[in-house]
Amino acid sequence: MRRTSSLAPPSAPMRTIVLWCPDWPITAALRALDALGTLGDSTGRDPAAVDTPLALIDAGRVFACSASARSEGVRRGHRVREAQARCPGLQVLDYDQALDIRAFEPVLDAIEETMPGAQVVRPGTCAVRARGPARYYGGEEEAALWLLDALDALGIHGSRVGIADGPFTAEHAARSPQRQRIRIVPEGGSSEFLAGMPVGLLGEHALATLLRRLGIRTLGEFAQLHPQDIEARFGDEGVRVHALALGLDSRPVVPRVVPEELDSVVGFEPPLDRIDQVTFGFRASADRFIEQLVRARLVCTSIRIEVDSESGELSERTWLHPRSFTAADVVDRVRWQLQGSGSIAGNPFGSGLSSGITRVRVVPESVDAIGNHEQGLWGTGHDERIHHGLSRVQSMLGHGAVVTAAVGGGRTLLDRQSLVAWGDRAETARTERARPDMLPWPGQLPTPSPGTVFEAPRPAMVIDAAGVAIDLDLRGVLSGTPARFSTDGRTLRPIGAWAGPWTVDERWWDADTSRRASRFQVVDDAGAAWLLVLDSHLWWAEARYD
Amino acid sequence: MAIDIFEGMFEYEGMTSAAAVLDGSPTRATVDELQARIRSMQATTLDTRTIPTHPAIARLLPGGGLKEGATYSVENSAVLLMALLAGPSAAGSWCGVIGVPEFGVEAAEHFGIDLGRLVLVPHPGEQWLDVTAAIADVLGVVVTRPPKRASDSSVARLSARLRQRGATLIVLGPWPQSEAMLSLSDSHWSGIGQGSGHLSARQATVTVTSRMGRPRSARLWLPDPHEQFREVGRFAQPEAGSPHEASSLPEPANLHEPAYLHEPAYLHEAAYLHEAAG
Repeated sequence: MRRTSSLAPPSAPMRTIVLWCPDWPITAALRALDALGTLGDSTGRDPAAVDTPLALIDAGRVFACSASARSEGVRRGHRVREAQARCPGLQVLDYDQALDIRAFEPVLDAIEETMPGAQVVRPGTCAVRARGPARYYGGEEEAALWLLDALDALGIHGSRVGIADGPFTAEHAARSPQRQRIRIVPEGGSSEFLAGMPVGLLGEHALATLLRRLGIRTLGEFAQLHPQDIEARFGDEGVRVHALALGLDSRPVVPRVVPEELDSVVGFEPPLDRIDQVTFGFRASADRFIEQLVRARLVCTSIRIEVDSESGELSERTWLHPRSFTAADVVDRVRWQLQGSGSIAGNPFGSGLSSGITRVRVVPESVDAIGNHEQGLWGTGHDERIHHGLSRVQSMLGHGAVVTAAVGGGRTLLDRQSLVAWGDRAETARTERARPDMLPWPGQLPTPSPGTVFEAPRPAMVIDAAGVAIDLDLRGVLSGTPARFSTDGRTLRPIGAWAGPWTVDERWWDADTSRRASRFQVVDDAGAAWLLVLDSHLWWAEARYD
Repeated sequence: MAIDIFEGMFEYEGMTSAAAVLDGSPTRATVDELQARIRSMQATTLDTRTIPTHPAIARLLPGGGLKEGATYSVENSAVLLMALLAGPSAAGSWCGVIGVPEFGVEAAEHFGIDLGRLVLVPHPGEQWLDVTAAIADVLGVVVTRPPKRASDSSVARLSARLRQRGATLIVLGPWPQSEAMLSLSDSHWSGIGQGSGHLSARQATVTVTSRMGRPRSARLWLPDPHEQFREVGRFAQPEAGSPHEASSLPEPANLHEPAYLHEPAYLHEAAYLHEAAG
């Protein structure tokens, strides 16, 4: 148990306005559907008023449901099948948290126009300091009315406002079941207001269960306990929720800080059709882009580049950097993206583009404080030098030309080596135990591994002493004894020793990717060893032990 | 580079004569100490240093190991190449492999090359020489396979750059100015029969031909049944003169290896074992 802020005298709770939009995930989903026009009858109507039973599913259970679904008996936490049984017309969608947050953004903007400094508690709920707006609009109720007006103007109906001491009480005031949309708890009246509410509202599931078993069912009963007893029994966390129950929620409202726009866009008019023209045209804004970041005391470790072409194609790609981007790095990435986007006419190393580029946009995807990336005086030089050298080769040959290797999972040799471009993040194993190359992979080759693994298998041939090609029947029996083989199509070499067939039957459940092949090891008379594969009556050389 | 050495020597001479003038003064000891320090620093920068090399191969190489700034050429064997890389990589060097798209990554890892410090440029195309030079600027050991014969002037430029940076170049195929050429012959695989068993170990003769001196050759396990490189008749870590090592030599794994029991090489090894134990 942490004992950091033990019994610190709580500062007086701050008057807070909490705005709550009930069933926000449903509202957000409906608005998204409406925007897509998939909800046929809803066009032109107010999306929130559409009366389709709708449920959002997260991890197989109902996360949120619309009012009409609720009236049919669907509840949060139901399994999908149970919800569908209760409400046969239920429309089921996956819950998307990003959509929730995104849809709340215009609401937040509207609120910030009415009163400054909103804090998002969660999508659909936000808190505002009450003092300023109350003074400006001439009373707390007036301020709340303005807020509701602003939301109604956006087409979001049924939102509610609670005003009380501290965000906790204010939120429950907003959620209190009553006809009026505004509930104001007078100053100092919080504990009285909360007294009748169940302990489950504290949000501490384990604590609430325990309190119920101790016979404490309401916040009022909990609030009557002595703070010292609470600390002795439940520690700091108990003291915190006890203060909430007392209506002494001292958490301040911290207004959100709107992040600065750091992306950089260049439009080309007329469109440019040569890579060097585009990169030259972008150079100045790449400098500005990095300058902006430096001014914000940030460095950028991953960027997204969007390239619009005249023919309407949009190529978009995220580039990572092992350290942080410099302006030259950004220009390099733009060039590589143009080279690799397939918009090149003819050869991949040419500089012509099949359709002109109209716009290049660079967006910082992840940034970090500049202080974390400052070079030390000693100790960082070596790797830095290697990185610069390899980046230079990358700018000569392209991003994917310099790779680092790792052993991955799989049965074929090519599957087992995974190559990652220098600077990109390797596919990280989820846990150390589940590293793909550590899994057993039945059917993989015995050690030692071959030193030469051909990029593409080479055609080969194996014949028996009579000169008849060796084949394998369906039961895996060889048609003869291998006597001679060829891997270059010209010379036949006698086989000194051989082993196999080892049949690998992969993904037999999927007709498109299934593969059934038999592998052989063959040693010729000169002592060179090969790994041959017999795949649907054709022989291939997959690797050489040399 | 050679001129640098001479310049260094002249500077050194100049300093000694200056020191002779100072003889007898109280700072004499300091000057001596400084001179000793200069000498030790010169020894590390001007002489060719060897980089850690796998002991099985180091014995065959001129100078007892891979040298910084030198070029070696390896013929027709990826495993021999990996044996050369294993030593420097295990000692912390970065390795670059250029123009070898079929480099077996898994084998490399098993033979002791650290994949975290391995960089591959599978298809350098026409610019292989520039890429090799750029990589040699930053990495310790560079492997390259020339797609065609390089001109003498570009070879000389690359060699100068290697010496300046202290990088070691390993070329797959012939190379005009190589320090030594390593080739592999008389491979004998064991563990595999006529339709039975599987490849498990190989003995081969490695021959090192250097510019000076006779070719040296040795019979090596490339690799042995435990995916190690060693000389035939020696064990993984030959520690001569260590009685503890000698008494613990009989490796149970070797004694239980079924396929080698009937091979002359194994008998030879057994005799060696007997000697060492006795």
